[in-house]
Amino acid sequence: MMDFVYWLPIIWAVILVAAISIYVVLDGFDLGIGMLFALERHPDRRDVMVNTIAPVWDGNETWMVLGGAVLYGVFPGAYATLLPAFYLPIILMLLALIFRGVAFEFRVMTRGTGREGLWNTGFMAGSAMAAFCQGTILGGVVQGIRVVDGAFAGGPFDWLTPFSILCGLSVMCGYALLGATWLIWRTTGVLEESCRRWAARLAVGLFIGIVAVSLWTPLLHAPYLRRWTDWPNILFVAPVPVLTVVLGALFVMGLRRGHSKGPFLCALGWFFLCLSGLGITVWPYAVPPGLTLWDVSSPPSSQFFQLIGTAILLPVILTYTIYSYHVFRGKVTETDGYH
Amino acid sequence: MQYAHDPALLLARFQFAFTVGVHIIFPAFSIGLAAYLAVLEGLWLRTGRPVFLDLYRYWIKVFSIVFGMGVVSGLVMSYEFGTNWSIFSKKAGPITGVLLSYEVMTAFFLEAGFLGVMLFGMNRVGRGLHFAATCCVSVGTLISMTWILSSNSWMQTPRGYTIDPATGRFMPADWLAIIFNPSFPFRLVHMGLAAFLSVAFIVGATGAWHMLKARKAGKISSEPVRVMFSMAMWMAAIVAPLQILAGDAHGLNTLKYQPVKIAAMEGDWVSEDHAPELLFGIPNMKTEHTDYAIKLPLAGSLILTHSLNGRVPGMKDFPRDQRPPSPVIFFSFRIMVALGMLMMLVGLWSLWLRRNSTLFTNPVFHRVALCMAPAGFLALLCGWVTTEVGRQPWTVYGLLRTSDSVSPVALSSMAFSMTAFVVVYVLVFGSGMGILVRMLGRAPQEGEHETPPSHASGILATSMHPGVIDPSTGKGA
Repeated sequence: MMDFVYWLPIIWAVILVAAISIYVVLDGFDLGIGMLFALERHPDRRDVMVNTIAPVWDGNETWMVLGGAVLYGVFPGAYATLLPAFYLPIILMLLALIFRGVAFEFRVMTRGTGREGLWNTGFMAGSAMAAFCQGTILGGVVQGIRVVDGAFAGGPFDWLTPFSILCGLSVMCGYALLGATWLIWRTTGVLEESCRRWAARLAVGLFIGIVAVSLWTPLLHAPYLRRWTDWPNILFVAPVPVLTVVLGALFVMGLRRGHSKGPFLCALGWFFLCLSGLGITVWPYAVPPGLTLWDVSSPPSSQFFQLIGTAILLPVILTYTIYSYHVFRGKVTETDGYH
Repeated sequence: MQYAHDPALLLARFQFAFTVGVHIIFPAFSIGLAAYLAVLEGLWLRTGRPVFLDLYRYWIKVFSIVFGMGVVSGLVMSYEFGTNWSIFSKKAGPITGVLLSYEVMTAFFLEAGFLGVMLFGMNRVGRGLHFAATCCVSVGTLISMTWILSSNSWMQTPRGYTIDPATGRFMPADWLAIIFNPSFPFRLVHMGLAAFLSVAFIVGATGAWHMLKARKAGKISSEPVRVMFSMAMWMAAIVAPLQILAGDAHGLNTLKYQPVKIAAMEGDWVSEDHAPELLFGIPNMKTEHTDYAIKLPLAGSLILTHSLNGRVPGMKDFPRDQRPPSPVIFFSFRIMVALGMLMMLVGLWSLWLRRNSTLFTNPVFHRVALCMAPAGFLALLCGWVTTEVGRQPWTVYGLLRTSDSVSPVALSSMAFSMTAFVVVYVLVFGSGMGILVRMLGRAPQEGEHETPPSHASGILATSMHPGVIDPSTGKGA
């Protein structure tokens, strides 16, 4: 029994990281498309951009609700510490997501009333703000939180540091890259060509961000540095930076040769590696630098009951999510009315 | 209780009440409307009458707006437990967090996964699968309601837990007892019927408006308008009386498990047999007296115990620091009941008119039905205020105080977020309401468009379906 109690939080940490990763890549390209509104001003092409995600964005955002709910049910100690610690960026992110979410419908429904501009701006600014907040929260977790007696004991702006701002900007850049590469896959013509240009620049920006964050992170806490430099750890972690560079090369090739899916898959790969790197860095802490997974987890009875449901439901969810993407597969084109 | 007037706590409560109060409208709307859409599509498939498809297409546009607003306002809720009530989350998370996770996995994904097919997939998956998608979304809204009400009811009537002495955490002991806690079945039925009733009155008012408009223009109202009005009035006539029975049963359940809530709802201070019912009054928490009371003899005992000499509790039976604020719930409860009665009268009136074949021609009734548009939602909000404010001063009834549940968040942060929520919600949901009213102000057409043309062009008209015609331009894609 002791073993099981030890392993439960680890299993849950894996599920939580998977849910967050799925969220980041799925809503990442949604939010990225929102940000790309800043570069694409043509109303018809903007419609095409939105239409590539209109049938799936609800489901994409649900992964974030799942992340919050799992944290609440399985790691309530982390939920109760992280949310007050990131109170302001979380509230800002939620408000930004409200603007972004309603803009899908509102920008169409207000067409011709003069208010459409407001909701296009809301879509763009909401996406940018949400992406930035998510990045700063991620950075804020990595840099650590002041905890006394298992509760947050810091100030309202502890999260706001040069490091977290760098993370915020990197995530914005990364999401925009996901959005651009998604559109390369799902659209044609002028829009696809523009996206290839944008993707190249965004990839450079993201690469710089990844390098800067990677060099900065080990300096934040001594254990982080040891995790990446101690022997034999280095054997296991070395593939992460190497693969990052390999994927970069594949990305450039895919972009040059006109591949339609390749650049998107490479961008996904980068996100996967970044999140793995972060996981390796902060392990086994749920709230660095003080609280481990076991410190913050709910009683085994809660974790076990929820695990049964998850084991049954998650494969079902993935199946019909894939089905839904399958229904709306293929390139989305502008209407004939446009040409 | 010394913390009860702490401004940060008050702000945390107002903010939560405000955000959940706005949110609750949309899922209730979605629950009722998704079921209505499933019925419409089912009727269309069965009878082949185009009027049902017209109505389906008319209301699905409303649904897409309402559902979107529900998703974004609900996302806020799933994080607000932690931002505003971190101590509560930490202690009750092992139970309420797990229930919320089940809601996400069994309901939210189901709704979101099939919503895309429901909104945009008619030409891609065929009729049968599309109907299945509509049903999945509808079932998803019902499952969602079931879990969240189970969680909410557990906070009202907690069962199946132990309390860890070291940490004060609630430890689940019996999940079936937790989920099927004593107030859950009553709350579930009451809320479900409320959602159906609220939507019935919105649909009915929309029909009434278009009939009045047609009458003014000297025309006969179109078939879709008449059909939706008739369906809505059937719902009102059947569900409103059922809702009153359900509310009565819920009241008896509350009397058994939360007697002080009943005492505060009724403005009763002294426990008595042969208790009167107060039709009006202003309960005063300081003087422990209800001023300006207008009493109906014996009715209190009759309503609450179903007998003339039944014993009805008074607030003085309970310590001062365990009483909910009676002035709030005394009125919210009465407004809810009054609206419920009005809705039942409208339903019965519709039966009478139907018998005389004047349902579609009586303009007075149509004006009344139009005015009743918000009745269902107002009653629902009043009921929610009654049950949630009536739970005070506890978050987990009798076990964890609201003042001991709040997050260690700075007052300035709370004040900032409160302001931001109000500004954003007024702008966003105010605009949403405006859009909805404008949509409903346009009558359903025979041969209704599937979705607004500009919206769907890219999704519906792809190279895979060269035959699809864009209705706005008449051109093939």
